[in-house]
Amino acid sequence: MKTISIESAVALIPDGASLMVGGFMGVGTPERMIDELVRQRKSKLAIIANDTAMPGRGIGKLVGGGLLSKVVASHIGLNPETQKQMIAGKIAVDLVPQGTLIERIRAGGSGLGGILTPTGVGTVVEEGKRRLEVDGKSYLLETALRADFALVHAFLADYAGNLSYALTARNFNPVIAMAADTVIVTADHIVPVGVIAPDHVVTPAAVVDYLVTNR
Amino acid sequence: MDAQTIIAKRIARELRSGMLVNLGIGIPTLVANYVPEGVNVFFQSENGLIGTGPIPEDGLAHPTLTDAGGQPVSALPGAATFDSAMSFALIRGGHLDMTVLGGLQVDARGRLANWMIPGKMVPGMGGAMDLVSGAKRVIVAMQHTAKGKPKIVKECSLPLTSVRSVDLVVTELAVIGFAGGLATLLETAPGVSVGQVMDATEAPLLKAEKIEPMRL
Repeated sequence: MKTISIESAVALIPDGASLMVGGFMGVGTPERMIDELVRQRKSKLAIIANDTAMPGRGIGKLVGGGLLSKVVASHIGLNPETQKQMIAGKIAVDLVPQGTLIERIRAGGSGLGGILTPTGVGTVVEEGKRRLEVDGKSYLLETALRADFALVHAFLADYAGNLSYALTARNFNPVIAMAADTVIVTADHIVPVGVIAPDHVVTPAAVVDYLVTNR
Repeated sequence: MDAQTIIAKRIARELRSGMLVNLGIGIPTLVANYVPEGVNVFFQSENGLIGTGPIPEDGLAHPTLTDAGGQPVSALPGAATFDSAMSFALIRGGHLDMTVLGGLQVDARGRLANWMIPGKMVPGMGGAMDLVSGAKRVIVAMQHTAKGKPKIVKECSLPLTSVRSVDLVVTELAVIGFAGGLATLLETAPGVSVGQVMDATEAPLLKAEKIEPMRL
């Protein structure tokens, strides 16, 4: 694990990269990394996240700035701009049930090829997928998801890279931290090693690659 | 009493102490305002909270304590927070006793469509498909008609949320169940006749042996 400035951290991300981004309607999104992606004018990024937040907030800034070519999410309803760019053919949007999305990411970070879920059986979500019967019940085979980068926001990070999260800002963050080749973290507070008790570490330092320094 | 209040009050009567319950956005959210006295339930927000409490007073909202719509909520004593994988394990894994969702259409067999209108509204399904597939009991809270057109239809023309039948549909006119596999009129709202419900419903509606008045 290395500590890094926000500018250098985001400079690691090339145009066209795939990014998993934490947050739920903007809550728990690494907002400083988002702002820096916009400032560095990245392009053709593929985003995997729960939602595209709202205009001017979180991933909504990436949509508004025209940085994205692909979105995999469960919900885009609070961001009309995403729908506009989807209809205009600028962004390819893949809508995935929320529970399926998070499990596909969990599978990607856990060395699994995918998961079997009853969600979506018999609906448009089934199109192009394999249906399997297990003990008389129908499931869809949903494949694992990984990304080049995970952009994670924590409440506390220690200087070793151990992370803990705050309330509903946890959401996708600890799950995506397992499922990307390079994991970059911002935190509300960076604290000395030992301040986060071992029992309270949610994401262990071993999976974190870069911790962005606070000003 | 307006339509939304009738629906929310009637659904609140389905709550039992100890239940884990997920309320969707819109009319379902209002159910929390009418929890019967002495009934203690756990409300889940699928963004990672059990023990969701009322909207905080002015000045007490916290930016990292929000509901599934991203709006500020409070956490009751004994609340718990967790990540999204855990949240949907609770939903699909048989731990969620009841979910209340809005609806666009419900068909004669109780199948719900509530997540998109092709060409018009494509917000994404969010957690709706998991909730309907996974919850032990599914209750739909919706107005009986939209712009005069029935929402309880023979066949859904809109994309389904799940092929699983919902358990109950509660509208401002009636309570309709699907225990026998087909839509059955169980209760009518105060001042509403069986004929009025039939006229406002496209799906063939069986009548319960005794149609009860809706208690609020």
